[in-house]
Amino acid sequence: MSSRAWRSRNHPAYWAFLVHRVSGLALAAFLPLHFWALGQALSGPAALDGFLSWADHPAVKLAEFGLVVALAAHLAGGLRLLALEFLPWREWQKSLFAASVAAALAAGLLFALNVG
Amino acid sequence: MAGDAGSVLKVSVWRSSGPGGVAAGDGRFETFEVPRQPSQTVLDVVTHIQRHCDPTLGYRFACRVGVCGSCAMVVNGEARWTCRTHVDKVAEGGRLEVAPLRNLPVIRDLATDMSAFFDKWARARGQFSGTRSRQEPFAVVEPQSEERRQVDLGIECIGCGVCYSSCDVVEWKPDYLGPAAMNRAWTLVNDVRDTARRERLAAVAGDAGCHACHTHMSCTERCPKHLPLTSAIAGLKRETTRALLRGEL
Repeated sequence: MSSRAWRSRNHPAYWAFLVHRVSGLALAAFLPLHFWALGQALSGPAALDGFLSWADHPAVKLAEFGLVVALAAHLAGGLRLLALEFLPWREWQKSLFAASVAAALAAGLLFALNVG
Repeated sequence: MAGDAGSVLKVSVWRSSGPGGVAAGDGRFETFEVPRQPSQTVLDVVTHIQRHCDPTLGYRFACRVGVCGSCAMVVNGEARWTCRTHVDKVAEGGRLEVAPLRNLPVIRDLATDMSAFFDKWARARGQFSGTRSRQEPFAVVEPQSEERRQVDLGIECIGCGVCYSSCDVVEWKPDYLGPAAMNRAWTLVNDVRDTARRERLAAVAGDAGCHACHTHMSCTERCPKHLPLTSAIAGLKRETTRALLRGEL
């Protein structure tokens, strides 16, 4: 697909769709890892504690930050879609994507500030 | 620099490889040089090419003033009415790329076969069904009523196909009715005189109907008349869901 073809998709609602789709796929891909991590508790406290201390590594914290942002973005994007489809149409609804991005970044920032 | 007398525009124009019913991707771009004029539109450019460079160029237009909706093409990647698009606004570095609308078969060069587009209006139950004959008095529709206002938002569609060409869901799912057909259905769902509401909601509730919309909003973004097409589709989503809950579908 040429760059010209992508040009017609370069508008906020299409970006909102992409963010929602990519964050959804990323979260779905993360879920098995999440269950595996919780499953460590089944092998005794030492296994889980070992995993948790590994999770304190700064690189893992950075990945967690991305995870929190993806989760917040997916949640905010989902709320945006519900508002678009169930509330009567208003011009300001076009700005909902900006609000969703702001909410996702705020959640990420809140997480980052609490890491230390 | 744009529009300077004496300057030349380089225009890449899509040429289909053979006449009649060729597949959309079957062809190549051919470059022409067109003299710049003040207030020149993309349609002026295409017309110049046909009259002065290659009389075999196929394209479609009628009114030249944004009323008929027949001259829509893809200009530098975006579907537009060529008659209402000034070259100054879209040319980049003295270059233009003009291609036929996406998601429709090409008849020849820049002219597409819009049969599928209009057939979908019919499939979305886009025909009005009333009860009164011409001998009876006019029905009174209150201009300030919510239904009438919803109709007003969508009624100005002239069927140019820009939304249909800009919609990714049509590309992914060729059966998808598309924004214009569903906008038409939505104006009729809100028409208090119409009697085919149930059949219409059933027509747009299926797999190829309103629920297939991903809310990309490219239709709304690109509509030259700024009609809120995604809102119409969202309205159909709500009404079909309500009808389902009431056991009407």
